[in-house]
Amino acid sequence: MKLITAVIKPHRLDEVKEALQAFGVHGLTVTEASGYGRQRGHTEVYRGAEYTVDLVPKVRIEVLVEDADADNLVDVVVKAARTGKIGDGKVWSVPVEEAVRVRTGERGPDAL
Amino acid sequence: MPPGILTLAADKVTLSPANTGFMLICSALVMVMTPGLAFFYGGMVRVKSVLNMLMMSFISLGIVTVLWVLYGFGLAFGTDKGGLIGWEGDFAGLSGIGVTELWGETNIPIYVFAVFQLMFAIITPALISGALADRVKFTAWALFIALWATVVYFPVAHWVWGDGGWLFDMGVIDFAGGTAVHINAGAAALGAILVVGKRIGFKKDPMRPHSLPLVMLGAGLLWFGWFGFNAGSWLGNDDGIGAVAFVNTQVATAAAMLGWLTYEKVRHGSFTTLGAASGAVAGLVAITPACGSVSPLGAIAVGIIAGVLCAMAVGLKYKLGYDDSLDVVGVHLVGGVVGSLLIGLFATGGVQSDAKGLFYGGGLEQLGKQAVGVAAVLVYSLVVSFVLAKVIDLLMGFRVSEDEEISGVDQAAHAETAYDFTGAGGGTVARTAAVPATGAATAEPAGKQGTTKKVDA
Repeated sequence: MKLITAVIKPHRLDEVKEALQAFGVHGLTVTEASGYGRQRGHTEVYRGAEYTVDLVPKVRIEVLVEDADADNLVDVVVKAARTGKIGDGKVWSVPVEEAVRVRTGERGPDAL
Repeated sequence: MPPGILTLAADKVTLSPANTGFMLICSALVMVMTPGLAFFYGGMVRVKSVLNMLMMSFISLGIVTVLWVLYGFGLAFGTDKGGLIGWEGDFAGLSGIGVTELWGETNIPIYVFAVFQLMFAIITPALISGALADRVKFTAWALFIALWATVVYFPVAHWVWGDGGWLFDMGVIDFAGGTAVHINAGAAALGAILVVGKRIGFKKDPMRPHSLPLVMLGAGLLWFGWFGFNAGSWLGNDDGIGAVAFVNTQVATAAAMLGWLTYEKVRHGSFTTLGAASGAVAGLVAITPACGSVSPLGAIAVGIIAGVLCAMAVGLKYKLGYDDSLDVVGVHLVGGVVGSLLIGLFATGGVQSDAKGLFYGGGLEQLGKQAVGVAAVLVYSLVVSFVLAKVIDLLMGFRVSEDEEISGVDQAAHAETAYDFTGAGGGTVARTAAVPATGAATAEPAGKQGTTKKVDA
């Protein structure tokens, strides 16, 4: 199993959710997040005083998938989240040793 | 205030229901400026001290109202004593005033004049609070308001508007408070911050406004209430001058907003919300002394000049290194000085007074008088406010402790926070209110237990 984590622009969340549903993903976790990449946030001006806002709002999506689906799923997320402009985010996957469905106690791929 | 009518001569005049009704409405409009100011300032501070900012204005409604009734009205508008102060025994406690007694030849009851002027006395010290945002003890601030109103506002209101007041007699024009309200408050702000000092983290930490919608709400309420402030200052007389003041208030405010925004766009690249709100307030401040003596075209000039100059002035604190948190000096002192002096250039003559400005063939005489008024009030307020702040600082300390400033004055002074951002586990309810009379009454409240355990650990 793999854990796919995507940090994306908040307004692309709906597109990514729809793409994941079309792909056959049954569940996901979404967290509000903030951070910056190479673009380092933005500048705001208040009565002439400039403030650099480093941490910009993002959402973080986490999905558990079977190994065979991981690469394709990453592509699906990237395609749905992309606007082509700076700050589109990152997607990565990491191996997961075990997953358990809390209600039934099922383990491994059966728990997904 | 209109010249020559502030006397207690009730002969040959009758109460005007129209003027009286108009002035009661104007008084209510001026009252709403103080909560408006509270929101204007409150939106500009950080989340951790917004309640304190609101309260610093709101408490003025409490303190100054009581002082005004006890002795403020008498000191400001009683019989003149040497041009410097007034006194009238009947005004103390508003105890000797009949409900049908009129204020001079204005056709309005003395009570109406007293309550209209009360609203001015309330908002003026509240204006100062913006300079001291985030860092002063609430008790020290409350004491400052009481002393400042007594020693600075009441006498200065007498100088400028009182029958026999020395600036009034000299012919200084201050229609609705450019000198008595704005220069007075702006100079006091400067005096107080020289004692109180900078916020922790000034010029290092970001101190962004936490809610620009609140700032806009406050600016809108100020703009709305200001019609009562300016148009009401002719006391409802039946000669159309109140209408001139109303028109000029709208025109100058609009022009100042455009002036500030244009400066900002050129200098910083954006038309900001805070700039629009600040420009409007700068225009309101500048037209306040001048709204009875300039034409609408003159009001446009006053507005644009004030908008641009105040926008430039707010940057000075970073260069000069003093921390006027919300730019009371940059907006109210500078705006008030600009408006007062521009009367000397743009007064058309024949409206509020016959005095003409330089551009209308009046020479430099009126400009000179305006400069004397500006300088006198500025210096008096600056020096006395500095001394008052120093005395309070020595007596009880004007500032909160460093810890309290960092964690926020709201919690330290008011035991409240403005917004509930808590998610899961947002706290415990202390069982202090609903404890039964017997049995459980000895149980320690849950909140206290929690606190004690923490301290022990």
